[in-house]
Amino acid sequence: MSEITPAILAQMFRDIAAAMAAAKGELCELDGVIGDADHGIAMDLGFAAVARALDGIDPAASDPSAIFNTAAKSFLNAVGASSGPLYATAFMRAGAAAKGKPVLGDDDVCACFIAMAKGIQDRGKAEPGEKTMIDAWAPAARAMEEARAAGASLPDALDRAVAAAAAGAEATRAMVATKGRSARLGERSLGHMDPGAASAVIMIRSMARALG
Amino acid sequence: MKTKKIINDGANAVDEMLEGVLAAHSDKVFAIDGSPRSIVSRHGPRPGKVGLVIGGGSGHEPSFLGFVGKGLADAAAIGNVFASPPPDPIVECTRAVSNGAGVLYLYGNYAGDVMNFDMAAEMAAMEDIEVRTVLTTDDVASAPRDQRDKRRGVAGNVFVFKAAGAAADKGLDIDECERIARKANDRTFTMGVALSPCSLPQTLKPNFTLGETEMEVGMGIHGEPGIARSELQPADAIADALMDRILAEMGADSGDRVAVLVNSLGSTPLMELYILMRQVRKRLDAAGLALHTSLVGNYCTSLEMAGASITLMHLDDELQELIDHPCDCIMFRAG
Repeated sequence: MSEITPAILAQMFRDIAAAMAAAKGELCELDGVIGDADHGIAMDLGFAAVARALDGIDPAASDPSAIFNTAAKSFLNAVGASSGPLYATAFMRAGAAAKGKPVLGDDDVCACFIAMAKGIQDRGKAEPGEKTMIDAWAPAARAMEEARAAGASLPDALDRAVAAAAAGAEATRAMVATKGRSARLGERSLGHMDPGAASAVIMIRSMARALG
Repeated sequence: MKTKKIINDGANAVDEMLEGVLAAHSDKVFAIDGSPRSIVSRHGPRPGKVGLVIGGGSGHEPSFLGFVGKGLADAAAIGNVFASPPPDPIVECTRAVSNGAGVLYLYGNYAGDVMNFDMAAEMAAMEDIEVRTVLTTDDVASAPRDQRDKRRGVAGNVFVFKAAGAAADKGLDIDECERIARKANDRTFTMGVALSPCSLPQTLKPNFTLGETEMEVGMGIHGEPGIARSELQPADAIADALMDRILAEMGADSGDRVAVLVNSLGSTPLMELYILMRQVRKRLDAAGLALHTSLVGNYCTSLEMAGASITLMHLDDELQELIDHPCDCIMFRAG
């Protein structure tokens, strides 16, 4: 049984920021093939803003819900675009799932993770198979839920979520985009990984390392 | 290879541009305190008038902030390059132009813009500000005719903004402003051709590749692929290809009037735009359509992309009067 404190959550967001900064060029290149080449910039900018906002918060005087809500607001205002509302909604839903809890237990982490995926789906109205970030998030949330239901430990369930997200992102290569900006590419989007799904894998991997 | 740009730090390009805009035009617009990406007209908003808020990503100048001013938009919310603004600057604009008569959001149909403006509208509703939304969908190349609501908004924005801004300036109520914006959009058709890519200030890398002798018909203003790639054609053939499609969509009768916009995507010069305009006029004459007014120049750009778009607005008496209505914006004047 783990105990995820606000300090661990804040560190998780800093880890995501570092991972996005490292992957910035690679994500921009993916997006250059099927979008407007700025996805890496947006994710780097957004999580750098989250890390800065969290630096202004004393984790000892905070709670998990406040950490998620701070992340939501700072990410949204730095980014706008599509990923801003999508991830802001994800973090706000996680904040709602964590409401009133001083620390997060295993089941709480699982609930927050599933709430994030649901939030993205509700805000973006994308279905799996449309070549978006939901093709990584939806299978990851499902894997997490199934692993926990089968009695897996939280680290195990998080690992399975990472594997499912990576497989989901890989599967976007065979998809024709019908949502988001790359939808205008139609058949020409075939063969390329969706950059939003690729950055989702990076985020989920950082989360698994920090929370597992 | 990196592209060349006159910038300082690419990460500051949008904010430094806004500082320059205020340095030049602070007699007409101001940025809201604490919300530098909310640009508001000094002379537009007034008691009882519907507020018009436009907005979108940067990199399309003079869209969107250039159309802020008396008689046109009351405020523009500015995003990062090619990225929708977040809800906060949109809400700030909304508060600044709300005068009890409602606020109209008017912007191009892109997934990111829709999510951010919708969130802003929800926040404004909590403050009892009535917000209506009309999306522009003038790009005929971006989806089939029976899926007009999936089309993106491009240069034809200018005519739609102009009609709605005039309606609000004349004191029409929110229902009328919304009706006019929808009608203006329904009667506006754009199609473009791209010759070379643009590069974002933060990456300095071309955002797509086109062969040295190629052009792409129907490409979007963020480099979204169009409907056909071919060898570069002479100007008359390009104008004909775009006009064939636009005229077929518009379905105007001989004797009808139109407004024309020949727009540069950024680096294509006026010389080439006027060569296109020459053939546009011939096609209008051949179809028996009267040219009521024409705009030729940079109205909705895509950074330094080379290429151009042609827009026709199918006028009627109401739209013609609104297009002729005076406006005094920081980068556009009429009447």
